[in-house]
Amino acid sequence: MQPAEYSAAFAPGLTCPRYPAPADVAAHRGKGVVQRYNVYRNNVTVSLIHALADIYPAVQRITGAEFFRAMARFHLRATPPTSPLLFDYGRDFPAFIAAYEYAQALPWLADVARIERAWLDAYHAADRPALGAGALAAVDPALLADLRFEPHPAARIVRSRYPAVAIFTQHKTEGAAPPPQSHGAEDALISRPGMDVIVSRLPAGGAAFLGNLLAGAPLGTAAAAAFDEAPSFDLSANLAGMVSAGVLTALQPGD
Amino acid sequence: MRAGTSFKHPHLPAILAEPPADGLFFEVHAENYMGAGGPPHRMLTTLRERHALSLHGVCMSIGAPGLLDPRHLARFRDLVLRYQPALVSEHLAWSSHGGTFFNDLLPLPYTRATLERVCEHIDQVQEAIQRPLLLENPATYVAFASSTMGEAEFIRAVARRTGCGLLLDLNNVFVSAANHGYSAAGYLDAFPLEQVGEIHLAGHSEQRDDEGAPLLIDSHDRAVAPPVWDLYRSVIDRIGPVPTLIEWDSDLPDWPTLRAQAQAACRVMQQEAHHATC
Repeated sequence: MQPAEYSAAFAPGLTCPRYPAPADVAAHRGKGVVQRYNVYRNNVTVSLIHALADIYPAVQRITGAEFFRAMARFHLRATPPTSPLLFDYGRDFPAFIAAYEYAQALPWLADVARIERAWLDAYHAADRPALGAGALAAVDPALLADLRFEPHPAARIVRSRYPAVAIFTQHKTEGAAPPPQSHGAEDALISRPGMDVIVSRLPAGGAAFLGNLLAGAPLGTAAAAAFDEAPSFDLSANLAGMVSAGVLTALQPGD
Repeated sequence: MRAGTSFKHPHLPAILAEPPADGLFFEVHAENYMGAGGPPHRMLTTLRERHALSLHGVCMSIGAPGLLDPRHLARFRDLVLRYQPALVSEHLAWSSHGGTFFNDLLPLPYTRATLERVCEHIDQVQEAIQRPLLLENPATYVAFASSTMGEAEFIRAVARRTGCGLLLDLNNVFVSAANHGYSAAGYLDAFPLEQVGEIHLAGHSEQRDDEGAPLLIDSHDRAVAPPVWDLYRSVIDRIGPVPTLIEWDSDLPDWPTLRAQAQAACRVMQQEAHHATC
């Protein structure tokens, strides 16, 4: 047998239970290999379900373990990981949840998953010092509108038509206190200002404002986009909020 | 360094609350620290300031027929450079095929051709990290009709040709011997014990094979079983003290329970090898 053949024969059945055990697989004294090969099948499936549950703990608390396992099993068989870095796995899971037939009664579940995926990305993001509160005050007011920023590697925004931040917060840890009631759309800011990842609810216009800044737009453009979206947008409060949330790392003065 | 445990983040506060015990070391799965930054690196840095580390790769796919992933190898090398671990190890197994990562340690047939390929892969890893790798014997549930040599013979040939060291997992020896109907003592007689640079001990669970006979599973979810301790005593008696690690990866106990398992390994080394301190 050429070396290439054993993994090509062994691999397909690992994520496809209809396949028989590979022909070259054997056991001593002519014993059967069905349960033996199933150990590998089971290891692959269960460990990847656990990997998804580790990435999406709030989704699992919302759906219950049994529902989650079934949903995760469908997903991992259709979309197994391609990288050995499992903290990178499951990027397609929120879209899968959005289309998952049995999750249609929970229309906000995919957005909670998007927040959780962003949370884990923020957790593993590179370490960079956040922009200090004094940095903006030192800028000549005439140059403020052209000011651009470097985003902190941990900063993420997730926009939702549902109260996704409240639902996420309530289910992030076992027995978490329910947050103040909210029934409307919520935009999440995920960032890591110090040791820990935080998820906060952005005020009106905040997602447009920070989204523009994170994409490299100058302050004036970002503020205009925020006022377009929400006439009540409070520029100074949002500037203070983004500094305390550690969303940005450095100033890039305009030309 | 004498005995250690897997490092699990929930244990860090309890570990830091104790005076650093002499000879206590920690092993981490390399892949968990391949992110760019954040709390994982902060915790590992804190731990490294007080304890020796063992860097244990789980996903290199050394036993795969295909090429090693050069990006993964570079990440592994970077961790070795950054944390300067006392021990660096990987598995005789594969986990990726055709662009899919299976997150399990999958078996390979033991043939001239696979020996050739495994040796090439180990040469490549050792060239990248500029030091010898410890290769771990696997726990397996199936054999291959195409195998032309035994596992201990295969591993002996790999060590001789590549100069790598060996991570002898005695729970894996016990599990594989039971699953394939051979004697663990016989396996150890054929194993190149002089190349062993680290020993793993772990707990296993039990399922049933097609005939209803016990099929042991390398589950890492409980204390080390008494017959595995017996194997450990026999090996330490033959080769003297070797850095020994308790692997415990799921159904985690509290820190004192895990530490007690490492201390039990220390006592074996003291008793069997008449070693003064542990």
